[in-house]
Order: sequence, then C-alpha cells, then structure tokens
Amino acid sequence: MSLVRRHWVWLLALVVLLAFPFLFFDWSKGRHSGFVLTLMSEIGVMAIFALSYNMLMGQAGLLSFGHAVLLGLGAYCAAHVVNLVKAGTIWLPTELVPLAGGLGGMFFGFVLGWLVTRQRATAFAMITMGLGELVSAAALMFMGFFGGEGGISIDRVMDTSLFGVAYTSPWQVYCLVLAWAFIAAMLMRLQTQTPLGRIANATRDNFERAQFVGYDPRIVRLLQFTLSGFFAGIAGGLYVLIYEIVTFDTVSAAKSANALLAVYIGGAGGFFGPILGTIVVVLLQSGVSLLSNAWLLYVGVLFIVMVMYAPGGLIGLIFMHVPIWRIGRLRELLLPYARAFPPALMVMLGFVLLVELLSFTTIGAAQGKKFAIGGNVIDTTAPLPWLIALAALVLGALWIRREARGFRERWDALIEDAKRQGVVS
Amino acid sequence: MRIRIWISMLLGLLLAVGGGAPGWAQQTIKVAYTDPLSGPFAQVGDANLKQMQYIIDFINSKGGALGKKFELVPFDNKSQPSDALIALKSATDQNMPFIMQCSGSNIAAALIEGVNKHNDRNPDNRIIYLNCGAVAPELTNEQCSFWHFRFDLHAAMKAEVMVRALPKTTTKVYLINQDYLFGQSVQREVRNFLGKVRPDVQIVGDELIPLGKIKDFSPYITKIKASGAQALMTGNWGPDMNLLIKAGVDAGADLSYYTFYAHLAGGPTAIGAGGENRVFSVMPFSENVAPEIGNAEADAFIKGFRDKHKFEFTSAGFRTIFEYLQAAVNKAGAVDATKIAFAMEGMSRKDFLGFDTTMRKDDHQLIGEYFVGAFKKGVKYDAENTGLGWATAATILAKDIDQPNSCKMKRPKI
Amino acid sequence: MEVFVVSLLNGLVYGMLLFMLASGLTLILSMMGVLNFAHASAYMLGAYFAYTISQYIGFWPALVIAPLLCGLVGAAIEMWGLRRVHRNGHIAELLFTFGLALIIEKAVQMTWGLLPVPYRVPALLDFPLFSIYGTHFPAYRAFMLLISALMFGAIWLGLTRTRIGLVIQAALTHPDMASALGHNVPRVFTLVFAAGTALAGLAGVIGGNYQVTEPAMAFTMGPIVFVVVVFGGLGSLLGCFIASILMGLIQTFAVVFDVSLADLLARFGFIVTKDTPFAEVLTVTLPRVGALLPFLMMVLILVFRPRGLMGTRDT
Repeated sequence: MSLVRRHWVWLLALVVLLAFPFLFFDWSKGRHSGFVLTLMSEIGVMAIFALSYNMLMGQAGLLSFGHAVLLGLGAYCAAHVVNLVKAGTIWLPTELVPLAGGLGGMFFGFVLGWLVTRQRATAFAMITMGLGELVSAAALMFMGFFGGEGGISIDRVMDTSLFGVAYTSPWQVYCLVLAWAFIAAMLMRLQTQTPLGRIANATRDNFERAQFVGYDPRIVRLLQFTLSGFFAGIAGGLYVLIYEIVTFDTVSAAKSANALLAVYIGGAGGFFGPILGTIVVVLLQSGVSLLSNAWLLYVGVLFIVMVMYAPGGLIGLIFMHVPIWRIGRLRELLLPYARAFPPALMVMLGFVLLVELLSFTTIGAAQGKKFAIGGNVIDTTAPLPWLIALAALVLGALWIRREARGFRERWDALIEDAKRQGVVS
Repeated sequence: MRIRIWISMLLGLLLAVGGGAPGWAQQTIKVAYTDPLSGPFAQVGDANLKQMQYIIDFINSKGGALGKKFELVPFDNKSQPSDALIALKSATDQNMPFIMQCSGSNIAAALIEGVNKHNDRNPDNRIIYLNCGAVAPELTNEQCSFWHFRFDLHAAMKAEVMVRALPKTTTKVYLINQDYLFGQSVQREVRNFLGKVRPDVQIVGDELIPLGKIKDFSPYITKIKASGAQALMTGNWGPDMNLLIKAGVDAGADLSYYTFYAHLAGGPTAIGAGGENRVFSVMPFSENVAPEIGNAEADAFIKGFRDKHKFEFTSAGFRTIFEYLQAAVNKAGAVDATKIAFAMEGMSRKDFLGFDTTMRKDDHQLIGEYFVGAFKKGVKYDAENTGLGWATAATILAKDIDQPNSCKMKRPKI
Repeated sequence: MEVFVVSLLNGLVYGMLLFMLASGLTLILSMMGVLNFAHASAYMLGAYFAYTISQYIGFWPALVIAPLLCGLVGAAIEMWGLRRVHRNGHIAELLFTFGLALIIEKAVQMTWGLLPVPYRVPALLDFPLFSIYGTHFPAYRAFMLLISALMFGAIWLGLTRTRIGLVIQAALTHPDMASALGHNVPRVFTLVFAAGTALAGLAGVIGGNYQVTEPAMAFTMGPIVFVVVVFGGLGSLLGCFIASILMGLIQTFAVVFDVSLADLLARFGFIVTKDTPFAEVLTVTLPRVGALLPFLMMVLILVFRPRGLMGTRDT
C-alpha cells in the first residue's frame, strides 16, 4: 500500500494514459483511432528519447547535435534482430525487441562515446554534429546494414509474445510502448540518484573540482554517454515496432534537433520537463502541421518566446509557483491569470490570423486552397480580416502590457511573502 | 503539489482535445495526399498540390464517380516516413480509400509496407496506395503489392527512355548520380540499357556523389571535360541537378545534359538561358505536346490552369491517375478498396493526349507514353518565365517501354 | 595538369566563398560564444535582398545595400533578442538563433515563394574571362575572388589598424578583461554581430547567383560553415581563412582521385573481395565521399586537437 502512496503519480499517469485513447474510440465502428494511438506512441518513444538526451544535456551538461545517431542505430539493430527472429535464426519475445535496440544503442554509444567524450562543451557539440552528418550520409550509401533509401522493413507480428499478444493493432503496440516508457523513465529517474548520476552533475557544474575529488570526468562522460545510448536505443527499438520500418531519417539531424527542442521547451532542470516538451513538440509537428503550412514558423516563434521569457522551460514555469503554493496562496494568482488570459489569447489569435493570412495570400492561394475558419471561407484580399488581425495583435499587446504590470506586482508580493516565511532560499 | 499540477494539466488536455471526436459522413471520395508541404522541400508538395487540385476540380465537373465527388486531403509528411505512416493512420481512421504520394522512394517503401500490413490486419477498412512519382524499380518488382499502383515509370524504364533518346551522333557519355538507392539504380539501369540499345556508346566516366552535399560542381565539370564526354546523363534532382548544370553552363562545357528532373518546379529558373538546346529532360508529360500534336481539348485544359495559377502545369499527367480512379470506382460500383483495386488492375485507357496506357495487371505499373523534352526558345508554353520551354524531342510509346517484371503478386480473396 | 590547374582555381573560388561566410561566424562564435544557426539564413537573406534590389536599381547598388540591410537585421537581432537571451546561457542563445532560422526560412518562403528566384549574374560580368585547356573561367568567379580578397584585406586592416579592431581582438580572446578595462563590450558585441551578419549577407549577394537562390539554400549551407570555423580554430581569422581554402581545395581535389581504401590495401598485397568484411566500406571511392571529408576532418581534429588549426583556445 505504501508503494501506491509513494508512486501514485506514476500510477495515475498510467491510468490516464491508458484511458485517454478511449476518448477517440470510434464506437460506431468499434475501433480505436489509429492516428491518436500512433501519435501517442510517437510521444512515448520521443519522450524516452528526450529523457535519454537529458541524461547528456541536463545531467552532464553535454550539448549533443547528433543524438539521433544512437536512436537510429539502435533502431537498425532492433530491425535486424526482428528479421532474424522472423527467419527463425534466433528466438526473442516481441516484448524484448526494444531491449535489443537498447543494447545496440549502448554498443554504439560506447564506441562513438569513446571518440566524442574526449571533449566537452562546444567541441563536444561540434563532434557530435560531424558524426551525425557522417552517419546519416553513410546510412544512404551503404546498403548492407542500412538498406539504402528504402531502409529496413520488419513485420512485428512474430508469434513470440510472452503474453500471447499478436501486436496486430496499434492499441497493443501502444500498451507495449507505454510499458517500456514507464520502465525506461523509472530507470532513468533512478539513475539520477546513483553515484554516477551525481558525479555527472558534478562534472557539469564544476568540472575542475570533480577532477580534484578524484573522478576522471572523461570516464564519467563516457559512462553517461553509453547509458544514454542504451535508452535512446530502447526508443529506437520501439520506433521500429510502431512503424515497422527504419530509414535513414532516424539518424538525421532533424531528429536530433527534436530531442534538443523537446528538452529545452520542457525544461532540462526537472526530470519530467523533457516529457512535457516532447508532448508539445510532437503535437506541434504532427498535429499543427496538419492544420497549417506555417507550423515551422510557429515552432520558431515558440522557441524564441521560450528562450526569452522562460529559460527554465515549461517545468521551470511550473516550479516557479511552488513557493507560492507552499505558503498556501496559489489561489490568489487565479484572478491575475484570468485577467491576463483574454489579452494573451487576443495576441495569439491576432498573430496566428496575420500569419495565416500572409501565408494564404502567397502560398495557399496558389495551391487553390481556401482560407476557412469553421466552414466560413474568408476572403484574404479584403481589408477587414487584416484589420481585425492587426487590431487584435496591437490592442492585445497593449492590454497585456497593462495586465502584466498588475500581475508582476501581485507576483512579487507573493514571492516576498514566501521569502519571509522561509520557503524560498 | 504534484497532484494539482497533474490533474489540472490532464484535465486541460482532455478538455482541449476531447471535444472533436471524428464523425465524418462519407459524402465525398477522399484521397489522402502526403508529401513534404513545409520545410526545405516544400516546393515539391506545393507544386503537386495545386496541380492535383485543378485536375480534381476538372474530374468532379465531369461527374466524379458514382455520383460522388473526389476530395483531396493533404497531409504534410516533412519527408519523413514516420510522418507519412501517421498520415496513413489518419487516412484509414477516416476510412479514406486512397492515399497518394509522389516524392521519395523511402517514404514509398514505408507506405507499401504500412498499407500491406494495415490491409491484412483490417480487412474491413482497406486502402489503396497510389504512387505518383516514387520510382525505385523494386517497388513494382521484389516489393510489389496488390495495394500499390504506380502511375509513373520506374527508374529502369526512365533510363531506357533516356538511352533511346540519345542522338546517334553521341558516342561518349558520362554518368553522374546521387549516392543512394535511387541514384544507384539509375546508374545501373542506364549502363544496362546503353549496353543493350546503344552498344556503340562508350561510358567515359561514372560517378556517384553524396546526396545534397556538394555546393560546387565545377570540379566534376573539369573532370567530365577531360574525359571527352559529349553528353552527361544524370538522375540527380533538386540542388544536385541545378548546380551541376549551372556549373557546366558557366564553364562553357560543350555538353548535352540528359536528366530526369530538369523540368520540375525550380529547374528551369536555376538553369537559365544557358541551358538552351543543351538540357533534355525525361518527362511523363510536357505542356507543349498538346499544341504540337494539335489536341485542342488538352490544350484548353492546360491553358485553363496556366491562366488560373500563373504557374507551369508540368504534372498535368496526373490527370491520367484521376481518370483511372474515376473509371475504376465506377467499374467497381462501390467505394471499396478491394473492389476498386481489382477493377483497376489490367485496365486500359486512352489518356487525355490520346495515347494508349495500361495499368499492368501483373505488377500494377502503369505503362504509358513518355516524352523527352529539349529546353528551347519559341515554344508555346515557356517554363517559369524564362522564355524557354520544353519542346518535345522524342516521344516513346508505351509498347517500347513495356519491360518485364519479377513481381509475384499476392491477391486477397474477395 | 589541366585538371590540376582548373581544379585549383575552382577550389580557390569555393574556398573564398566559404571564407566569406565563415569569417563572420568566426567573429561571432569566438567573441560571443554563440553557435549562430541563423548565420546561413543571413546568407540567404543577402541573396534574396540582392535579387529584389537588382530588379529595381541593378546589381551594383545591391552589392552595397543588401549587406547593409543584413547588417541592420543583425544589429536588431543582437540588441533586442540575443542580448536579452545572453544571460540565459549559451544553449538558450543557440536555440534562439535556431528559432530565428526557422522564422527566416518561412518568411522568405512567404515573401519570395517556394521556388528558386531568377537571380542572375549581372550582364557586365557574364562572359568567360579566359579559357584554360578549353574550360571557360567565368569572369564572375574572378569577381568573387576579388571581392573576397578585398574583404579579407579589409577585415584584416580593420582588426589590426583601427582602435575598435583592437578592442574586438581583445574581446575576442579575453572578453572579461576587455570589459574590466572599461570598454563597452555589449556595444562591441552588437557591432560584431551586425558585421558578421553583413559579411554573410555579402556572401549571399555574390554567392546567390553563383549558386541557386532558393529557400533551402540556408539549410544546405549551414553545417559546412560551422565545420570551417571550428576546423580553423576559434579566435583566429587566419585559421578560418586557411581552413576555408583547405576545405575548398579538398572537396575539389577529392573529385579528381578515383581511389578507395581497397586500392590502398591492394598496395600492401591485401585484396578486397566481395566477401571481405566491410567490403562495402572499403571499396568506396574518394569522389563519393569527397563532400563528407570536411566533417570527418573536423571530427578528427577536434578529438585530437580541440583548438582547431590555429585557434587561440580550446573550442
């Protein structure tokens, strides 16, 4: 029972995540929405990937531009293993395929890590970028291991399941992804509390001092990199099971960038930050991109807003409220938030409208598309929508400035109070 | 404190997303279309999308199929197979009978596998994959699938067209291709057909270049010149082709360029006037064919698009795809992927230019006429306001490119 | 011989173009420590600005105005964006420029469309300057060489002969010390960022019509610039220059030599056949990997000599 009490957050999350897809269950046809399940599986995989990335960036302060190399190579290993299992050469339960990917990722993590962890900081970043470019070029050139442009395909229905599950439906795969995501997340969480995890923090914070204490920072980095490769490889193994194919783009710079963005947006400081960030990034990429061609622009704006105003990421924003919550005055922020909400919404809508109008006059119109909101076609050549957009943007911005002042005062007062009560150091 | 955060966060999420549960009625026949629509390769999907939209409007004005209209539903796949597969899931969720994709054999391979598995596992909700431009030969040979229909010639057939278009006076050629599956198969097939069709031609150089990494092609041009080649044959696309030809033209090399993709959006602009009478492109359709053969109906169709969009109609050949769809749906008598697929295979039609085409039954590869265009002045429709356009240098008929295949088609039981 | 001479010239032209792009980034990266992902975007902006300006008032004014515009954009970015982000650390700055690169790409797509624009070499320079062994050497390439050489000279003089140049040099190697001596380091930062962006813009003006002006040009040019800068070493303009030329020459000459590791092994009596392990890797010829050599070289040099070719401090 105490187990439940101690880990209720994880249990609640599990229940909610299992229940969530049923919101999209198509009762008339009696089937799950494959899109939602795949999207959530993708979030699961990318969350593991982002967490493994945070083992480098958050824990050890290593900025990598080529982390997808480990994900991709793990995925290729898993794909080859699955094909061997399918051919009857070896036997492995379907459930353990991600482990094969993980071991692959760990192997490459060690080999490549041996090279890259000789340096840190910018040099480390540039080496990983170079390796990323080299591996993704090699993935296209060498047919044997990478299968060229077509990649390596698998069939996840192998009849080797430990639980007799066929893995024909996305729902079954989603459950497997969820299970692995929880296992991996817990392991990574535990890892932060091991001596290695602590020393990694030390080499990040004060590199010389960690050396004086008697740890070779290079070995620490190498171990951390290798372990990170293991978890990235698990994500790769799951990727293979979801999509049943692995191609060269899994090692590409774009995938690496995703991890960096997810970690930064979510916040590298808290353990759950990268998970939040992943949700945002995947929803932007696979959700918003269906609605708007300009989604990349929104991604760009989001980053800029985040780095300028919330460098701690989403988790940092949440943590900021902790002291106020601890003195029990969180509800006093409700009104200021409620007052700031309409102008913020106005600015956002105005901006989106403006971008979409622009995008439609130049690109969308040429595609023969019509700009419609809720079925109402909007004439992008008429001045009215432009005026509305501009007005919303400008007035909203002015209004939010006003509200921000009041908000700031309220906030400062509350923090001051928290300081007085000694909950903030 | 965690409780509140989690609960409020999840509640927020549930409220935000839970509102829009899907419940579409099938008023139209939906065709999912997935290609890159954003990012550095957005022009590919963008150009296709506007042309398809025009063609679909035209087909709908001719009655659609079974009294229903076709509707194109675009999905951005960002050149990523995983995103294409998410699009596939989205399409099958909404019971769309067709998914279409034109760019990238990696994505095509992923889609074929994905569609095969989906259709096996969900016999009540099947989908057909219409391939409008992924040209790896494997896709209709070793990897062939009952659910995959390819409406463009594959790389080996294009290679044959290219070799057949080579003038008799050209005896020395140089090959440059991109170093990945597609480029390697172009390399292999061009060599193969040069040996078969033109044994007199000598290959003086054969080169693979890393995909999209070369910024200056002058060294290659130097090498080509030193080899004494008269023609350069390349399957390169995008910057790898534009920069290659530009470097050649700048260096004043006395070369002809035989390409697969010089006619696509952006190519003519990049090549410019220097490519006059030098650049040849193997193309499924050329806007100037209609005026050249005096087909007024097709000409009006092209002109309609040009007037509307101020843009090249390079892919008007897609009309063949939708005419096949229309005919197959009508023949099947129901919007049912299995029935439509059976109706479509083996179908023969005259395309809108008046040439014979067939959807081969044994590998689901469309065999139709193909053109080789020469970049010239004084054509009716110029390309990208350069004043130059594609004059038809050669027309290769379907019967001449009817290559054998190694497909072992597995058909489902109805 | 003829291949050698022509390749040498081509390698030089390409190397100089790289240098123009990389010199700005070297200044920015060495001084401010910002891994500026938007640097190649400034290159793209330069090309597009020049295209538009040259449509109205011709190429020559564009040669001056477009880089200045880019410099203004750079100054604005530094003053209202980067400076604010600076206190949040290097990763924040990097992501800021990354977001900026995305926005610029989309903005370019929305303004000038998705397709390449017909930005052409000016008629005045559109002729073959001379022919060696039957290969034309376009006058425009000579012009590029000239401009980049002038630019190199100007930067060199500016850095060594002017007061602000000396401050920049000081801030380059010892930013804290320079600030302690009472120099307005933030203003120097703005200046350097603007100058770096303007240099990238200039590279765009003369590189845009030499290559193709399209929305993907920033994306494809991005990584190689970092390679040059890091290879050359932080804090060293000369290192950057040598690295650029070296990269240009390597990529050019790699195309010429059709050798592979298997050939090398054959020298030592080891014949690679289809069944040899890693046969696929061993038989890859040099031209196939020529464009990848810079990345390989960067990885190797950083692993064994993290300060790069001539850097004054570790990367």
